[in-house]
Amino acid sequence: MRAFVVAVFAFLYLPIALVVLFSFNAGRHASEFTGFSVQWYGKALSNPFLVEALKNSLFIATTSALLAALCGTAAALGLARVGVRTRAVFDVLLGAAIVVPGVVIGISTLVALVQLFAAVNPFLASLWPNNQPPRLTLGYGSIIAAHGLFSMALVAMIVGTRLGSLDRNLVEASSDLYATPLTTFRSIVLPQIMPAVIAGFLLAFTFSFDDFIVAFFVAGAQTTLPIYVFASIRRGVTPEINAIATIVLVASVLLVVLAQWQLRQRKPSS
Amino acid sequence: MRSNVLRHNLLTALLLGPATAWLVVFLVLPFVAIGVFSVGERAPEGGYQAAFTLAQYANLPARATAFWNTMVLAPAGALACLFVAYPVAYYLALRAPERWRLILLALVVIPFWTSLLMRTYAWMYVLGGRGIPALLATIGFEDVRLINTPGAVLLGIVYGYLPLMILPIYVSLERLDRRLLEASADLGATPISTFLGVTLRLSLPGVMTGFSLVMILLLGEYLIPTLLGGGKVFFIGNALVDLFLQSRNWPFGSAIAITLVLVSVVVLIVANRISTRLSGARRVDLI
Repeated sequence: MRAFVVAVFAFLYLPIALVVLFSFNAGRHASEFTGFSVQWYGKALSNPFLVEALKNSLFIATTSALLAALCGTAAALGLARVGVRTRAVFDVLLGAAIVVPGVVIGISTLVALVQLFAAVNPFLASLWPNNQPPRLTLGYGSIIAAHGLFSMALVAMIVGTRLGSLDRNLVEASSDLYATPLTTFRSIVLPQIMPAVIAGFLLAFTFSFDDFIVAFFVAGAQTTLPIYVFASIRRGVTPEINAIATIVLVASVLLVVLAQWQLRQRKPSS
Repeated sequence: MRSNVLRHNLLTALLLGPATAWLVVFLVLPFVAIGVFSVGERAPEGGYQAAFTLAQYANLPARATAFWNTMVLAPAGALACLFVAYPVAYYLALRAPERWRLILLALVVIPFWTSLLMRTYAWMYVLGGRGIPALLATIGFEDVRLINTPGAVLLGIVYGYLPLMILPIYVSLERLDRRLLEASADLGATPISTFLGVTLRLSLPGVMTGFSLVMILLLGEYLIPTLLGGGKVFFIGNALVDLFLQSRNWPFGSAIAITLVLVSVVVLIVANRISTRLSGARRVDLI
């Protein structure tokens, strides 16, 4: 069985290792490693379209993860204060936001937003009698909102789990000692849920940064890094893509390791 | 007293407000929208024209190949994932040395959170003309075709979704009461019958969770069949991308999406039934 497990781990990591290795290949071909070189990284980072896509992805991932961390944490705190029925409704909605395939989230958001914009834009135009009324279109906003949906649900679940394992005695002791609810929150609850919030933020960032399919539908004229990479892959495999893939893989591995580490920090002792 | 209750409710509403708005505008409303679209008609220039007709649903067989491929390869992929994942989860939960367990578990989680696009790309690289086929050619096997086959898609599916299958099975095995295994052995059960009667039985809820999650995500998969199937192995996801972004037949696409969601719900309900029945049976067994 150990041999099988070793083989599975090799299966999980060898293809990735190969891409990383060949991103440093001096030659062009995948069949032979002709020497060490970082030229493909240089080529990738001097490609203006790619750098633009990278910047877009960083902006979208940061914004959607921040919003998701704030709203998701607030939702988890709110859900700890409501009855069983309200909770059940939210659990179904949050679960759906996580489980529904990206394709369906992508197209349904696209359909709804296009209809919404078609209704709102003439109205905006009538409010601006002179020229150039603002026009709502697909772009940063729609990607951030669609990514944030999944991420917010994820943060709400991670923080909710942590809240559930919170030591109620500490909260009661704090209020017995005449701490105001705000003080109790700041000095007891917040420090204990903070690792979960940070882990949620990091996973939300990783999700948004890596997501292709949702953004593919709602990006409008914008390009994110995965959309750019997908388009280039379809034109043909090049060592340049190996370099980008390596950068993206290393970045997500670092973020996930950091998130895991945060989640294991300060586990409430019980 | 009253003002306290009011304040409590107001704060709860404020905390839940943003999430509720988000869920309504970007989850509930879009679902209503594709529901409405799916009974509409295609406008002559593409897009949507208001109507009430079931023509789109009646037209579903037009994409029968995509449904067929998905309905065959998604369960097959989930099953293949399961066979690879179970021994790994078993080893991690019951056999792995304590100090290695967390590290190995992290090694399972990391690929799940790294870009599926990049990981699928890695296999394109390995299976593509200059990867394994080139190596095989040097030892005499010429013209081996690996990429753009259903086999490559299946491999990509196992690779992409293995972590999602390992984790729930690991969780259910890790919670397992070890004393039951000892009791079974003490009562003279062979290791195999202990495994079948106790371990496998008690881990079935985890198996069902993993299986249904992988199934549902596979129903909407687009990247793996596109990149490793090379346009020869169409999934429902491919049909949806085509209908929404290329041929712009939104009502028909919406009908397919609604069907896909309904199939997912059925998968979830069946999986849930099976695990509740089994955990019900578990309680009886223990008495």
